[in-house]
Amino acid sequence: MSLKKILILFAHPRYEQSRSNRVLLSHVPRRSHITVRDLYEAYPDFDVDIDHEKELLAQHDIIILHHPFYWYHAPPLIKQWIDMVLEFGWAYGPGGNALKDKLALNVITSGGARDVYAHDARNRFTVREFLAPFEQTFRLCQVHYLPPFAVQGTHRLADAELEALGAQYCELLLKLSEPGFSHDAVNDYEFLNDWILNSPEKT
Amino acid sequence: MSGGFLFQAVVYLTAAVVCVPVAKRLGMGSVLGYLIAGILIGPFMLGFIGEEGGDIMHFAEFGVVMMLFLIGLELDPGKFLKMWKSIAGMGGLQVGITAAILFGGLWIFGFTWQAALASGLALALSSTAIVLQTMKEKGMMQTTSGKGSFSVLLFQDIAVIPILALLPLLGAQVHETGAHGHTLLDDLPGWLQTLAVLGSVGVIILAGRYLVVPFLRLIARTRLRELFTASALLIVISIAFLMESVGLSAALGTFLGGVVLANSEFRHELESDLEPFKGLLLGLFFIAVGASINFHLIAGNPARIALLVSAIMLVKALVLAAVGFRFGIRKDQLLLFFLGLSQVGEFAFVLFAFISQLGILDDDWTGIMMAVTAISMTVTPLVLLVNEKLLMPRMATGKAEPGPMDSIDEHHKVILVGFAHFGSTVGRFLRANGVDATILDSDSDRVDLLRKMGFNVYYGDATRPELLESAGAADAKLLVTAIDSPETNLRVVEMVQKHFPHLEIIVRARNRIDAYELMDLGVKNIYRESIDTSVRMGVDILRKLGHRAYSLHRAAQRFIRHDEEAMWKLAGERHDKGKYITRVREEIAIQERILNDDRHYNPSASDHAWDSEQLRDATKSKPRKDNENR
Repeated sequence: MSLKKILILFAHPRYEQSRSNRVLLSHVPRRSHITVRDLYEAYPDFDVDIDHEKELLAQHDIIILHHPFYWYHAPPLIKQWIDMVLEFGWAYGPGGNALKDKLALNVITSGGARDVYAHDARNRFTVREFLAPFEQTFRLCQVHYLPPFAVQGTHRLADAELEALGAQYCELLLKLSEPGFSHDAVNDYEFLNDWILNSPEKT
Repeated sequence: MSGGFLFQAVVYLTAAVVCVPVAKRLGMGSVLGYLIAGILIGPFMLGFIGEEGGDIMHFAEFGVVMMLFLIGLELDPGKFLKMWKSIAGMGGLQVGITAAILFGGLWIFGFTWQAALASGLALALSSTAIVLQTMKEKGMMQTTSGKGSFSVLLFQDIAVIPILALLPLLGAQVHETGAHGHTLLDDLPGWLQTLAVLGSVGVIILAGRYLVVPFLRLIARTRLRELFTASALLIVISIAFLMESVGLSAALGTFLGGVVLANSEFRHELESDLEPFKGLLLGLFFIAVGASINFHLIAGNPARIALLVSAIMLVKALVLAAVGFRFGIRKDQLLLFFLGLSQVGEFAFVLFAFISQLGILDDDWTGIMMAVTAISMTVTPLVLLVNEKLLMPRMATGKAEPGPMDSIDEHHKVILVGFAHFGSTVGRFLRANGVDATILDSDSDRVDLLRKMGFNVYYGDATRPELLESAGAADAKLLVTAIDSPETNLRVVEMVQKHFPHLEIIVRARNRIDAYELMDLGVKNIYRESIDTSVRMGVDILRKLGHRAYSLHRAAQRFIRHDEEAMWKLAGERHDKGKYITRVREEIAIQERILNDDRHYNPSASDHAWDSEQLRDATKSKPRKDNENR
């Protein structure tokens, strides 16, 4: 079996000022089965090329929405992309089977640390709960939705900590693309960060 | 009492200039004004003009000919074919039934059957000149009654030809060549005459299509406006001459010529060139009609003439009402339709003259019939006035009759002036999004090319109000001027503001200075041709240097906004400083001001969105709890 192909849809309106995302992206392995798509660079005027995006989706097995977690959600271009590309009759609805059995997940960066996203904490909901719209969107498209990979508390992360997280991101991408990977293996984790940290092969 | 050409001209023009505005002010329309002017200066009132009124009428009939040419111009062959059913149906029924009833009536009245038939046919026709002029003036050409009237009138104009052919057969005397019809073909055998008639129609169609348009293009290239006007007149007069010499109706021929040229790019230019001639000649025609009313005859037999006029108009009105109803004209539109067409038309003058020459009708009766015709024409505007002021309000249907047939907007909402590189982009973009503008351009070569590509382009000088008028400025919403020359743009703007204040003007400006001049005229929608492009170029340069596309996108929009704001601000200050600095000096001064302003312009001021560095700084100096939701 060949490697699973990964499409990273990256969206940051101020990438030039995002230290954490620069580090994360620098750790994405430069391999032919991993495609990074910089949405704000491709569509500064929000005029998403639907046909091209559909073609890219068709060519990949795993869709990653990589973005900062602004106001408990993604930046607007992600929403624009979802609204325009996931067409009725193509992604969902009668005959809408183009994405069937693909995998999807969110990779997010947030200023707030992991512990403020809890029922008894300041943000009152978990990250996974905030991501519910994505989960349901992909479910409607018959896509298996995986737990998120999150880089949190970014304002307080030291450069070395950030580098370590970047390495985790790299490892995540490589493990996801292994031919034998099954989504059943990760469903129970709250964050994929935990799966990577707990994995026996970890060096 | 005629004192030479100049005196006559003074009399006619004075009468028109005095009477028409008065008539219009009183809400009577120009036609009645001309008619009253004619009666006033005619032999029975002031006596400024005598019997030559009849000659003037013959000359002025040319106004009708021109009107039909102009009507033809507005009716391309496609539309003409679509209307054919209502032309033949409504017109045929109206002429047939009316003529039959009048024939019966006159026969019983004691006419010979020949005289009754000839008179019935002549009286069945209505006045194209009066009805169409009135309808146009009141803007009713596109209503159901307007279109119905037009169909009937067109059929009548066509019917004149067979009627003229029929009359000699009814004649008691041997066929003499009459004043009307000494044609080149009289000595030819019948089949050759027919052939000649068909041939000349063919000549009009072929010449219109393959000869006239290239000829006009050649003329247009000389850029001499009066030469174009001369050519327009030449076309109409040639057609009229050709038609008359084969014994056809000149009006019909020019109408046909108009239809053939309706698809050409010169349509609007021809219209605006001929419009004043048509108007003047028609006015002259109406004056002549007024002047030719023989009041002695009327005075001698007032009851009989009154009875005849009312009987004939009543019959015509009733038949028209029935025909109109049959063809789906309803309520106030129907009223307008049958009252409007109830008069006897100008062709009756021609026909009765011919009938008299053929000896079908004696001189007395001919005079009476002529008087009846003239009176019915004079009465028409009055009848319509009564209809408008008294009957229409009682119909209580209001002006807007519901139904898809009514008030069809023939013209486009956008008029685009100038189709060079700038205007053509605008036009293409509009067209790509389903908006077809009416395009005017003054380069006949380009117009020719673009028409071949299927664009709706017309040739003409847009600084003339007549051209815009015929391009539909009255119904349009937006006027876009995208001409290369800033001076011409300014002139168009000034003209539009003066003549069509309802149009919203959208102007291309070459640069800042042009923009200021347009601002002085009060124009709000000003588009400097290079601002967007140069900023876009700047964006791409920065992008090649590694800047992010989205940030540049926002920065570009902000910069254009800043630039426009600065422009409006400077426009206000500009007048305070000395008015005597030259244009070049002014440009440098402005440049300096702008550069100074830019120094204070911070592209990212008031933009902290998504700025995580700022957040990071804040979190470093504060306890952990604040601002961490992001």
